Amino acid sequence: MLSIFFKRILIAIPVLLAVASITFFLIKLAPGGPFDADRAVSPQVLKNLNEAYNLDASNWEQYVDYMSGLFRGDLGPSFRFPGRSVTEMISTGLPVTFELAFYAILIALLLGVFSGVLAALKRNTFLDFIPMAVAMIGICVPTFLMGPLLVLIFGINLEILPVSGWGQLPGDKILPSLTLGFAYAAYIARLSRGGMLEVLNQDFIRTARAKGLTEKMVVIKHAMQGGLIPVVSFLGPAIAGLLAGSFVVETIFQIPGLGRFYVEAAFNRDYTMILGTTIFFSAMIVFFNLLSDLAALWLNPRSRDA
Amino acid sequence: MKNNSLWSDALYRLTRNKAAMFGGFILVLLILAAVFAPWLAPYSYSYQDLNLGASPPSAEHLLGTDILGRDLLSRILYGARISLLVGFVATGVALVIGVSWGIIAGYAGGRVDSIMMRIVDILYGLPFIIFIILLMVIFGRNLWLLFGAIGAVEWLTMARIVRGQVIGLKNQEFVLAAKAMGVSNMSMFRKHLLPNILGPIAVYATLTIPQVMLLEGFLSFLGLGIQPPMSSWGTLIKDGVESMEEYSWLLIYPGITFTITLFALNFFGDGLRDALDPKTSDN
Repeated sequence: MLSIFFKRILIAIPVLLAVASITFFLIKLAPGGPFDADRAVSPQVLKNLNEAYNLDASNWEQYVDYMSGLFRGDLGPSFRFPGRSVTEMISTGLPVTFELAFYAILIALLLGVFSGVLAALKRNTFLDFIPMAVAMIGICVPTFLMGPLLVLIFGINLEILPVSGWGQLPGDKILPSLTLGFAYAAYIARLSRGGMLEVLNQDFIRTARAKGLTEKMVVIKHAMQGGLIPVVSFLGPAIAGLLAGSFVVETIFQIPGLGRFYVEAAFNRDYTMILGTTIFFSAMIVFFNLLSDLAALWLNPRSRDA
Repeated sequence: MKNNSLWSDALYRLTRNKAAMFGGFILVLLILAAVFAPWLAPYSYSYQDLNLGASPPSAEHLLGTDILGRDLLSRILYGARISLLVGFVATGVALVIGVSWGIIAGYAGGRVDSIMMRIVDILYGLPFIIFIILLMVIFGRNLWLLFGAIGAVEWLTMARIVRGQVIGLKNQEFVLAAKAMGVSNMSMFRKHLLPNILGPIAVYATLTIPQVMLLEGFLSFLGLGIQPPMSSWGTLIKDGVESMEEYSWLLIYPGITFTITLFALNFFGDGLRDALDPKTSDN
């Protein structure tokens, strides 16, 4: 268990370094400098700007400089917002995105596991068909359509929930969290139904029933532990998806989180911001993948002492 | 390959699956609509009637017009061309990379296999959506780049599936016999391995198309995908969202079209999977 953990971390470090390096040089390939976009500046100003941002050094020097900054947690200055560092911008946006992702995953787990387990237990009844049909809708209606539709219904027509913002009006966190959570609830419902169906046919479940355990005990103590392993392994990759979802949701609902900063940086060609967030996102995703793999290993008794 | 019992069995099972047949029927309609869009569309996608502005569905404009007075039905029909094209071409790219990677890794085995699959594992763990955005930002929002970038992301699962299949095949007698007869690697892949793994490939390809279309919609929605005056369903939904408060039909009709297409593709893909490989179906 512990050795797997260390092995995985040992692989993750060079991978992240490679991601950082590749991203760095990719951005150097981008046509045009960061300061020649909207208004013409005099050559002297441009020279001073390049000097201030260390852009007159050779690519190699800049790279070494950037990478050593990376180890100190310094991602350089933002090209578009003078006086603000990328690290500072990430740390303002991160708590917001984290909160949103947390609510979304909570909704997804509660809704998904409950309806998935129920569907598996009541297989081929309408308690199976209806949640699974709803799940199919959740998978086929993309976030960028679901969000606006929820706004249209609850915000504009019924006027019961705010249509944008985060933490300014009561209830303005409901629609974004639902939008982001619903798609994952659908996947989790399908995964937990499949996992539960597989486990429910196994001998140890029959044994548990034969021992005279109540159905509730059989399901909660015995079946769910094994049946939900696919859900746990899905959570790591889901974080990557949540991140992409947060780009859309934060744009729709005008939430000042990391996702919206990233999309804005992509539009503004704020190269240092793009570079910094890309590295940061990759590190986060690698970390969560590691975490969910370990949790899945730990839940599976056969691999626990390996 | 006539009288191939696997394929005729599969066809029989597929035709009995109502959801899959319905999905397939819708797909054929959509593809026909996309191909014949210039003849079917009542107006050109860029024809503007500025006096009309945004008008609700009427006899002249069945699905209404957008704020520039462009016929929505025509724009959806032309958008189908781009959206379906992205779906099929990017899936094709993913297919070529994934199948070659998987066949080589599975057939070579040993160290080559473990290095190639380790690379796939590592790539799996990276936020590829961000790299697509990065590429679009750096190299400009070009349609062909979009195909390539999406395809380059979606091949990973295909490589895993194909590798697994090839490993199962490579020690079977007909492969060993072919090898003993000195068949070259290339014709081994083409004549002996590929035909035997077409089933899983077809299934996974069908299920990749909706994912690719979602990705294109996502990028276009953020304004990083298809650029005007071209339009895909993603950009139509984006435009619809901007004016949904007054003109909700501009969001609803493109949204319904997109959702129905994804439904059809998923139902057809699931049906194909059940038909070709009854063991893996979940019922």
